[in-house]
Amino acid sequence: MTMLPQTTQKKLGLVIDLDICVGCHACAVNCKEWNTGGYGAALSDTEPYGDSPTGAWLNRIHTYEVTPEDAPASIVHFPKSCLHCDDAPCVTVCPTGASYKRSEDGIVLVDEDMCIGCGLCAWSCPYGAREMDPTENVMKKCTLCVDRIYNENLEEADRVPACVKTCPASARHFGDFADPNSDVSKMVADRGGINLMPEMETSPVNKYLPPRPKTRPESTGCGSASAASSVVADKGVLGWLDRALTSLDKLG
Amino acid sequence: MHPAISVIFFTVISGAGFGFIALLGLGWAMPNSALAAFFISLLAGGLCVIGLLSSLFHLGHPERFWRAFSQWHSSWLSREGVLSVLTLTLFAIYALIWMATGERIGVLGFIIAVLSIITIYATSMIYASLKTVPSWHNVLTSICYVAFGLASGIVLAATFGTASYVLGMSVSVLAGIALIAAWGLKLLWWRRADGVGFSDTGSDTGTATGLGHLGKVKLFEKPHSGENYLTKEMMHQIGRKHAKKLRAISVGLGLIVPFIFAALAFVTGAYGPFMFLAFLSMLAGLFAERWLFFAEAKHAVSLYY
Ligand code: SF4
Ligand code: SF4
Repeated sequence: MTMLPQTTQKKLGLVIDLDICVGCHACAVNCKEWNTGGYGAALSDTEPYGDSPTGAWLNRIHTYEVTPEDAPASIVHFPKSCLHCDDAPCVTVCPTGASYKRSEDGIVLVDEDMCIGCGLCAWSCPYGAREMDPTENVMKKCTLCVDRIYNENLEEADRVPACVKTCPASARHFGDFADPNSDVSKMVADRGGINLMPEMETSPVNKYLPPRPKTRPESTGCGSASAASSVVADKGVLGWLDRALTSLDKLG
Repeated sequence: MHPAISVIFFTVISGAGFGFIALLGLGWAMPNSALAAFFISLLAGGLCVIGLLSSLFHLGHPERFWRAFSQWHSSWLSREGVLSVLTLTLFAIYALIWMATGERIGVLGFIIAVLSIITIYATSMIYASLKTVPSWHNVLTSICYVAFGLASGIVLAATFGTASYVLGMSVSVLAGIALIAAWGLKLLWWRRADGVGFSDTGSDTGTATGLGHLGKVKLFEKPHSGENYLTKEMMHQIGRKHAKKLRAISVGLGLIVPFIFAALAFVTGAYGPFMFLAFLSMLAGLFAERWLFFAEAKHAVSLYY
């Protein structure tokens, strides 16, 4: 059924903290590992040990250089996966009903047995969140680890998406955005969480927390004599050396 | 976007087929023997069917194609499938009656003509409805698809029809006007596509990453060093390199050569052979045009790369 639900009871999704992500790719690796044995067809690779390996991933980490007008560039690591959009174009373009959005929790899924592999849903997604499996020829996408989060065979603590569980920096958080008191909702409110490409009118559920403003040193005359002389080391051996050499100046 | 041969073939050939069916339905004079009716109907329907079959080669699971008829309430791809089958079924009935009685039922023909045009429109909307590809996301895309379908149909009708004059003008002149009109619209389409970029939505790498408010955002490192489905499918590069030359080739083969053949048909009165050559050349031109339609199209996901 490719009509979108009017509204969903829960809005499950992720918050990704771009201030914290260190770009280690652990989430992508664990995603690949879990989803290769989990929901639907294995996430296959072609030529995994060959000259040009390619394969399907549900989460990929880009790295960007951001250069402000008046400060040096900084690096931002940027994990990207399906945002489980409320107005998901990938669902409405699907000719078969294989793509759907669940009314109970808002997760966007593909029923792989119904998918004809036309690829139109991937064309309609502005974020590049869907990839065709090169071996099974069906559309793959993030399932929000639907086979973990409700899985009663797992410890309660493990009932979160694999990427969230594995992130060593805790840059990823999972929760219900329909509940204004959930941790994820509060984080988004506190830190000014944003939507990616809001102008595409997809109403993403997943939110990104922008990097916190960098502290900028007052002095900008780095390397000049005055800057050098204002540097003072006042402790330990370095402090002693600093004082000793400064007193030599006075002698000379 | 990756220019898949199966999809290029599908849009050009079935567009011509439905264009031809539309003109048959509108009552373009045809030879009246049952045999002629059979072959002409077979050609018109056959073009549509071959085009549709070719589109199946684009699918990962062609054996499940029937599932694509189910989501017509939201999906243009599904609507296109349903409309094709409906139009072709009605056309089969129309053709059978034509062969059996030598009569073509006007009302039915008219309905089929309207449905054919809506079918071509539905094909165009598969692409024109995608906000992610700004050069496609415009009503001109649909206008061009319909115009090329009808122009191909007129050239075919002039090839097989018995009339030398339609709407008070020579069929050659009519074909020439249709060709010029269709390519004129395509020129407008190219003009817009060249300038549009992502200006419709104002998207750039800044909005794509949400980091634009911090400064200038530039990709520092791709997720993986190699290619992936997204870069291969949405970020086709080779096409753009030869775009200028290919545009000239498509206009040459699609407009100028057929126009000359139409003029020769007019002068010699040998409509059949000359208009058929015009049709073949036009197809070649449209293949180039459609290849560029995909190859030159930029997808929003390229903003992440
Ligand atoms: S991110 Fe893309 S694939 Fe995921 S719901 Fe939104 S449009 Fe669909
Ligand atoms: S690739 Fe599969 S899920 Fe995507 S639009 Fe086609 S049938 Fe639907």
